Amino acid sequence: MSRRPEPATHDPARHHLSPTRTLDIDPLLEDPATRIVVCCGAGGVGKTTTAAALGLRAAERGRKVVVLTIDPARRLAQSMGIDSLDNTPRRVKGIDDTAGGELHAMMLDMKRTFDEIVEGHADPERATAILGNPFYQSLSAGFAGTQEYMAMEKLGQLRSRDEWDLIVVDTPPSRSALDFLDAPKRLGSFLDGKLIRVLLAPAKVGGRAGMKFLNVGMSMMTGALGKVLGGQLLKDVQTFVAAMDSMFGGFRTRADATYKLLQAPGTAFLVVAAPERDALREAAYFVERLAAENMPLAGLVLNRVHGSGADRLSAERALAAAENLEDSRIVDQEGGKAGLRNSPETYGSSEPPAPSGASAPSVTPAHDVPGEGSPATADATETAVNGTETAADGTETAVDPDAATPEGAVDRLTAGLLRLHAERMQLLSREQRTRDRFTALHPEVAVTEVAALPGDVHDLTGLRDIGDRLATDRPELPETT
Amino acid sequence: MSRLQVVSGKGGTGKTTVAAALALALATEGKRTLLVEVEGRQGIAQLFETEALPYEERKIAVAPGGGEVYALAIDAEQALLDYLQMFYKLGSAGRALKKLGAIDFATTIAPGVRDVLLTGKACEAVRRKDRDGRFVYDYVVMDAPPTGRITRFLNVNDEVAGLAKIGPIHNQAQAVMRVLKSPETAVHLVTLLEEMPVQETADGIAELRAARLPVGRVIVNMVRPQVLDAPALELVASVPRSSVARALSAAGLGGARRGGHAERLVEPLLAQAEEYAERYALETEQRAVLADLGVPLHELPLLAEGMDLAGLYALARQLREQDVT
Repeated sequence: MSRRPEPATHDPARHHLSPTRTLDIDPLLEDPATRIVVCCGAGGVGKTTTAAALGLRAAERGRKVVVLTIDPARRLAQSMGIDSLDNTPRRVKGIDDTAGGELHAMMLDMKRTFDEIVEGHADPERATAILGNPFYQSLSAGFAGTQEYMAMEKLGQLRSRDEWDLIVVDTPPSRSALDFLDAPKRLGSFLDGKLIRVLLAPAKVGGRAGMKFLNVGMSMMTGALGKVLGGQLLKDVQTFVAAMDSMFGGFRTRADATYKLLQAPGTAFLVVAAPERDALREAAYFVERLAAENMPLAGLVLNRVHGSGADRLSAERALAAAENLEDSRIVDQEGGKAGLRNSPETYGSSEPPAPSGASAPSVTPAHDVPGEGSPATADATETAVNGTETAADGTETAVDPDAATPEGAVDRLTAGLLRLHAERMQLLSREQRTRDRFTALHPEVAVTEVAALPGDVHDLTGLRDIGDRLATDRPELPETT
Repeated sequence: MSRLQVVSGKGGTGKTTVAAALALALATEGKRTLLVEVEGRQGIAQLFETEALPYEERKIAVAPGGGEVYALAIDAEQALLDYLQMFYKLGSAGRALKKLGAIDFATTIAPGVRDVLLTGKACEAVRRKDRDGRFVYDYVVMDAPPTGRITRFLNVNDEVAGLAKIGPIHNQAQAVMRVLKSPETAVHLVTLLEEMPVQETADGIAELRAARLPVGRVIVNMVRPQVLDAPALELVASVPRSSVARALSAAGLGGARRGGHAERLVEPLLAQAEEYAERYALETEQRAVLADLGVPLHELPLLAEGMDLAGLYALARQLREQDVT
């Protein structure tokens, strides 16, 4: 194996990410002027968890919060006590309410939301007709787009009830992150469009002599539509549209109002991403889109960022050291030149290495004097001692109660620890590169980083932990300085 | 081997990558595959490092042994216009419908029509033959919507045939379903060894089975290499800090004495190992859950250098070695 001395690849900029604006979560959540927080981003980046954690944190800081989630993972929902939720907000128990806050949570039920609109805006007879229409049933059960309309609708409803002073919204897992914003416009263009007039034509213009020419054109159109859709479906669509016609106006007004609400100063958009290429590409796309729509972007939440308490030890050095350890076992067993196993260069850049513990195989390292020795001496001693490792170990066995652990196993473990570290450092630099690309394109976007957790979150404690991580920005890790 | 390979998975699991690797793997040895994108994200173009794909089948890669991968980003609106032209010769009436907003309506608002068109286009490619009566594509691989929506997406027939009881849309939906529910199709789910994606995979398989759609394989993506084995992990909890410090020092990382460079590495390195142990335990648990699903399992490694074209070919090779093709 190669034992060439490697260059000091240690890059001081690597472990602390390049300076960008830091997103301060607490002032945002605590500001009474903040009324809506929208979490958006690609699927699988922890959007729902982030929304729930933000809601919890705001509530425990005294705000009366409702979290609107869309299809959350079962266990996350259970952690907030909303496993069997209908379409209305439920109070989450077990939060710290000493600051006077409350947390409510709800899961969006598309069909229920749509049904409620119909029931609320049509007379009972008409409502029954609409609810029984096959076209309506299929539409409301959630084909492409319905979820986005309904999320907007629900947000508008929650806001107008004015029972909460903060609404945290998790956006739907859309095909494209943009659908949520497009919903009102798309609905609008449909409602303004000629199609709806064509569909309504038989009911509205039928029989009027002056409209005869128009009527012919219309029936040619409905004929074409019928040919494609099938006569029965066309009839269902027509009945549906006719029945909904009076309601659509109100629907659209509300969708427009919600859209304006999203642009208002009380709203904060948070783009959620993970430090991965695709997620950040989507995030960049979203940042641009929000700007184009004049939507207030508060910043980027970068989830699952990895750190290391030993980030001054580079991947290359860790790997070389691991190889050293693995090689030396073989060499030792051959009774060979174990003295070669040490690479002579010092670790780190500025500090001289401390005296080696190996020079004095003490019983308890706690009693060691943390003195500073001359680097040259320390290295020389270390090498010498390692050269006679077997003898030193023999002595140690007698005095060290820990010596039950065989030396070989410790070396193997240590090599493993170093390989693990190398892997971590490679991940760190990959995350760093990805992130740098984003910040180069969007230096104006404030960022908060959330340190990765080894497992999933499924209780309030876990959500609280995420909340802490969101607010403190830097991954909390033991520092080796 | 099913000729229509549908690849789904929770967001963030890398289903587009797996779909692309599968298309490459299937194209090996002179075969021709079509990789189909239905969600308009241009993920395929990014993976293959080419410009955005138009609505047209275009060759994007050559597989080992002379095979070819074609790609198509299906656009629902274009597909509908094509379809109208092909089947009804609507011509100007089709354009008039577009002007009216009917096409927009049909492809974005009308329930299911969009999904009929997308699945329909893929099925058409599966069945398409050349003049000599041979299939144009040996395999069609679809980068499908995520697990949460896949059953509804594929099972659009139940909705649409119920809505449009007669007429061309009805017929089209029926024809599509004949392909989708046959052994000609296999639906694969991509997951990670994490709780939420595994849970979604289990739910997804249950839904697919309930709808009698053919479940193919589960592909566990981005599997991290095993760095510490079980005995080493056990040792993490009990090993004396001082012996690790000495080993680090012996490896050339400075002094093992308290405050020495090697000594100061011990705690952070062991902390990383504990995180690893926790993750390892979780992964073992999730593997067991996946093994209980009764579906062939395959694993693809996490690429240390991130995903690029070379990585894609490496994953394709892995799939071939694991007989996924």
